[in-house]
Amino acid sequence: MSTQQVRTHAIDMSSVLRNKGSDNGQNETCIKVENLNLFYGEKQALHNINLEMPKKKVTAYIGPSGCGKSTLLRCINRMNDLVDSARIEGQILLDGENIYDKSVNVAALRRRVGMVFQKPNPFPKSIFENVAYGLRIQGINDKRILEETVENSLRGAALWDEMKDRLNDNALGMSGGQQQRLVIARAIAIEPEVLLLDEPASALDPISTLKIEELINELKEKYTIVIVTHNMQQAARVSDYTAFMYMGELIEMGTTSELFTNPEKKQTEDYITGRYG
Amino acid sequence: MIKLWFKSGSPWIWLNAAAVSVCMLMVVGVLGLVIVRGVGHFWPSQVVQFSYQEEGKQPQTIIGEKVDSSVMPALMAKSAGHKMTDNEETLIQYLIKVGNRDVTGTDFRWIEERNIKERSEPLELMVIERREWGNFYGRLLEVKEAGNTLATGADAWSVLQVKLAEVLVVYKQIAHLEKKEIGAINYGLERLRLKQKRLQLDKQWDEAAKQQIASETAAYDVKYKEYQAQLATLYQQIRRCTLVAETESGTQIKIPLNKVVRAFQPNAMSVLDKIVHYGVKVVEFLTEDPREANTEGGIFPAIFGTIMMVMMMSVIVTPFGVIAAVYLREYAKQGFVTRLIRIAVNNLAGVPSVVYGVFGLGFFVYILGGNIDQLFFPESLPAPVFGTPGLLWASITLALLTLPVVIVSTEEGLARIPSSIREGSLALGATKLETLWLTVLPMASPAMMTGLILAVARAAGEVAPLMLVGVVKLAPTLPLDGNFPFLHLDRKFMHLGFHIYDVGFQSPNVEAARPLVYATALLLVLVIIGLNLAAIIIRNNLREKYRALEG
Repeated sequence: MSTQQVRTHAIDMSSVLRNKGSDNGQNETCIKVENLNLFYGEKQALHNINLEMPKKKVTAYIGPSGCGKSTLLRCINRMNDLVDSARIEGQILLDGENIYDKSVNVAALRRRVGMVFQKPNPFPKSIFENVAYGLRIQGINDKRILEETVENSLRGAALWDEMKDRLNDNALGMSGGQQQRLVIARAIAIEPEVLLLDEPASALDPISTLKIEELINELKEKYTIVIVTHNMQQAARVSDYTAFMYMGELIEMGTTSELFTNPEKKQTEDYITGRYG
Repeated sequence: MIKLWFKSGSPWIWLNAAAVSVCMLMVVGVLGLVIVRGVGHFWPSQVVQFSYQEEGKQPQTIIGEKVDSSVMPALMAKSAGHKMTDNEETLIQYLIKVGNRDVTGTDFRWIEERNIKERSEPLELMVIERREWGNFYGRLLEVKEAGNTLATGADAWSVLQVKLAEVLVVYKQIAHLEKKEIGAINYGLERLRLKQKRLQLDKQWDEAAKQQIASETAAYDVKYKEYQAQLATLYQQIRRCTLVAETESGTQIKIPLNKVVRAFQPNAMSVLDKIVHYGVKVVEFLTEDPREANTEGGIFPAIFGTIMMVMMMSVIVTPFGVIAAVYLREYAKQGFVTRLIRIAVNNLAGVPSVVYGVFGLGFFVYILGGNIDQLFFPESLPAPVFGTPGLLWASITLALLTLPVVIVSTEEGLARIPSSIREGSLALGATKLETLWLTVLPMASPAMMTGLILAVARAAGEVAPLMLVGVVKLAPTLPLDGNFPFLHLDRKFMHLGFHIYDVGFQSPNVEAARPLVYATALLLVLVIIGLNLAAIIIRNNLREKYRALEG
């Protein structure tokens, strides 16, 4: 697919989104990716990506392994800055501001764009301190505020009832699913606008997966969510919009129902129906 | 058959097991030897009286402790110059500690088994530990006070014990007065002298200053006179009593009681008495200053110096090593230069320690210390303050010596922390610095402690560089005392490792000091084990706390 095609396609997409938005009355764009190219050294990992993610909706990235969906996700909170060899062209707008602008404070950006990783990564501290971590970094040490936020966040992550008596236990003693929900609680404790989920359920058992999916459905009332997943059923279950990526290019994006039932591109259809990937 | 056996792998397993066994044997052997020789030293052994007659000589009496024995084949004994008759197959000799160095000139003598006519262990034989001339062995005749005989014969022993206890109390008072009180006055006078010189150097030596110094000096003088008077009376008291004793050869000698540390009759002691005696001796060994060129008394200054130096070194090396490792691992751009630095650091660990000592003496002591003296202590020149070996320079030199270990293990610890943890912290809006302080460094702290453990183990046992930068044979003034500023980093100090070398090989009475060498070695091992154990416990607690993510 040539660059030109992608661009026209992206324009199509925005009209699709606009149409879709007029249906339910809220179609504000939260994140807009424009002409994004990413290189790891000489190798180009993302080719001219253009897409928009609407506010308070779940957008899923699907595609075969190594297609660049995680890389794209990590561009949104500038996690790729940590890779020395990564170089980025183009821009990503968060509420109309380019997050790759020189004046942007990366730490402040990451407070607005929370992230949950593939493997649960709680800190080796107590459950309470894990959730309070982001607040403490912001200099909030008032015990009352901390306790309140921790409770709310744990409730938000559907973990409060299980954990309310164990707040001082080490987080590493929890099960994988609990750890992942703890990490989500940690992320929402600092009240970000966007939540990036990088295959949040791939390391979990089916029941934990189900819980995470339910949680995503609840969280989208308050947050714009972007989720990367291998699992197409999961994408179909939790997302409002789906983007299909292949070999570092965005092939197609649309509402989840449309993309799964009536894909425009042959490649998308092949992937969805399981012919490759 | 053999082939099959080789194929089965069991020879290999046997070889491995044998290697482990040999290692264990050697470790146990080292510890065992040190423990047996060191621990036994304080046990009061029986004093034996021998009737001894060498061929063609007058019979004589020998009193002493059996220390060692040797069995020599006849042929060897002959070639060594002993006369051997035909029916003798071996020559058995005993090493006897006879003491009484002031009378006979030696502490030890070898005697031959065949010349012993009779041996017995009379109850009244007495050992006196003295402050000079070593042990005395013999019989108590009488106790005198101010020239008058207090008791003789059988009564003398109990009177001696009473008088001795009194004298020891006074002796302690004198020691306290001389060391603590008058020591403090001397220290204060020295400071006043330096203050005066400083004022003169700064051209501020005016009438007011003169008067102030003079009045302070006068105050010290008044106090000094007071103590001097007290001392005079105490000395009079302590010098009043003497004891008269008879050596093996019948010579009578007078021993003033103020020269006696303790007197005991080992043959008359019950096991319980011996245990008490043993405990007292061990406590003395651990808490007292050395006597008689370090061959008697305690080694407290050496224990104190060793621990002090190791702690100072830890305080210096840990922050340095950790900061360097953090920069190397977290901030420096990984590439040729960092690799070069790592290689250099690793090689530094292999540099012989005496080289560090030479460097410490040349750079720290002479250049750094010399310049510090020029700048901050011009009043005490030409006597150096920091321009001479001392605790500070020894600690810094050893910190330098152990720096590579700390850097390497901290770096390894940092490298082991999963990147997911760092990312998790960064994704919550933490800066790199916050991530480091709040998560990465706490999680790497067990690795830092490992580095510190290795550093302590190496530093505590190091002797060669210390001889150049601060350790001395005798330094009864500790680097930590009650005189302002309390911690005297410029002072020289004693060290167990050096003490072993000094007592064992540099002392005038090597034979007498040998058990002390083992005891000191045992103590050095114990101190190192103690320091290490403390560090290991801390590390294990940290490890438990920051257990790395599994899976």
